[in-house]
Amino acid sequence: MCAILTGIPLGVICSTNPRLAKFVLYVASITMTIPSVALFGLMIPVLSLIGQGIGFLPAVTALALYAQLPIIRNTYTAISNIDPALREAAKGMGMTTLERLRRVEIPIALPIIMAGVRMAVVINIGIAAVSAYIGAGGLGKIISRGIAQSDTAQIVAGAILVSVLAIIADYGIGGIQHLLTPKGLRTRSSARGRRVEPQSALSGTPSDFKQRQS
Amino acid sequence: MITLRALTKHFPGSLAPVVAGIDLDIGKGEICVLLGPSGCGKTTTLKMINRLIQPTSGKIFIDGRDTDEFDVVELRRRIGYVIQQIGLFPNMTVEENISVVPSLLGWDKAKARARAAELLEIVALEPSMYLSRYPRDLSGGQQQRVGVARALATDPPVMLMDEPFGAIDPINRSLIQDEFLRIQTRVRKTIVFVSHDIDEAVKMADKIAIFRNGHLEQVDSPDNILARPNNAFVAGFVGSDKALKRLRLRSAGQVATHGDCVIRAGQRSEVADELMTRHGLGAIVIVDDQGKPMGFFSKEQADSEAFTLSADQALPLPGAVKLEDDLRSVVSSMFASGSSWLPAIDQQGRFRGYLVQSAIEQLVRDSA
Repeated sequence: MCAILTGIPLGVICSTNPRLAKFVLYVASITMTIPSVALFGLMIPVLSLIGQGIGFLPAVTALALYAQLPIIRNTYTAISNIDPALREAAKGMGMTTLERLRRVEIPIALPIIMAGVRMAVVINIGIAAVSAYIGAGGLGKIISRGIAQSDTAQIVAGAILVSVLAIIADYGIGGIQHLLTPKGLRTRSSARGRRVEPQSALSGTPSDFKQRQS
Repeated sequence: MITLRALTKHFPGSLAPVVAGIDLDIGKGEICVLLGPSGCGKTTTLKMINRLIQPTSGKIFIDGRDTDEFDVVELRRRIGYVIQQIGLFPNMTVEENISVVPSLLGWDKAKARARAAELLEIVALEPSMYLSRYPRDLSGGQQQRVGVARALATDPPVMLMDEPFGAIDPINRSLIQDEFLRIQTRVRKTIVFVSHDIDEAVKMADKIAIFRNGHLEQVDSPDNILARPNNAFVAGFVGSDKALKRLRLRSAGQVATHGDCVIRAGQRSEVADELMTRHGLGAIVIVDDQGKPMGFFSKEQADSEAFTLSADQALPLPGAVKLEDDLRSVVSSMFASGSSWLPAIDQQGRFRGYLVQSAIEQLVRDSA
């Protein structure tokens, strides 16, 4: 949620300023490459300063950072890939930059922005499981306990639950994505269900991500 | 209405200016076509009028007011803008697309809706069918009609059109051009129209401005451009078939003559002979009571013997053309029929005059 609130505006701002875009995407990419366990570890000393070294807050902060890249990148790509003719028409008709974003560019970019959000959520569910190690609880606890006790059944149960959660979230957001897609842009075959699969800046299916995280 | 003074655009980094000191006056209600090969500065000139491109130097006045005095957003809302790529917003219905500028100006919904419906009528699209459609459901020609309707939404006095019909297939292009000219007779906008197609320019323009390398080579009426090109470049651009192009600028009604030189059934052949001699014609049309042509008698027929004329003896007409047909199609029918003259008829089918090949040839040869 936090990541949506910061990521989308950042992406929009990036689309109006190519130099800033390069910098922001670079930083977000670096964040993405930090292994999750290491990032959680880094959070401990930093947030210990305010007495929140372990538990919920560092977990959420780390997850928000991870979610930035897909959201910023998709927002940025979606808006900068809008047909220049539309931008020219909008400008020529006397729209200000804000009017253009609000009435034309963001509505058209929305499906791809939402694809970024969807991807971020699925990534985060995978990473969140790891946050059990810094005492954030959740489904990850079942897995980590299973590892500690060498109990395969517990590990599998936890992994399946995480997967199921990821799949449900993926479908759910897919539905929202479809609803938010302006009618004039919906593909006819996706009248219902989640056949909308817009190309995104980060390619890969949800299951790829889970494999990468585990 | 629109005045350009010493207008210049020099993009940083390029050697020569794209537009170099252009002076141009466009009158109210006129269609001025900016014509030239690509890269000649015509589109840049157009975009400087609504300040999508900022001039390096020079002034643009609309109705005597310097465009630099306007707020740029306000200026653009007062100028209709149509582009080749059409640029309808895919996330909006036809109605919403047409209502973009009205809604930016804060019109209420009902008024904007009524206006959108009215405009669709004007561009010959059935409002009840098209208002709620999305652009992707329309053909290219229909989309550009909506594009034109959108530009007309707030009834701006000035319209800028950047090769508006360039992406439409030839058959539909000619239709939409006719349609647009019909709309123009109704709305009388001052229009700056960019084109690289001489045929389109001749058809649409009241005035053609021919560009080359950022300079104006000639600014004149289509007929003058075709009849009297200023220099070799303009002559080359208008092409070697300029005589045929000029034919398109005139209608049959302007050339049809001797509308009163007719005979009716029951008259004597001597009368017909005398009429033909007086008017210098080689044939005479016989008309019925309503004035509709039924056939003709040749000079030889009338000369050879004296008789009372009747429709049965008349030779069949070689065809007929309407007064509003352009001379190009008249000449085409003339070649097809093999006749050196054709009768011209009005909307009701009444005979209105003779179109004689030699008169048309004379017209083309004259530098009118």
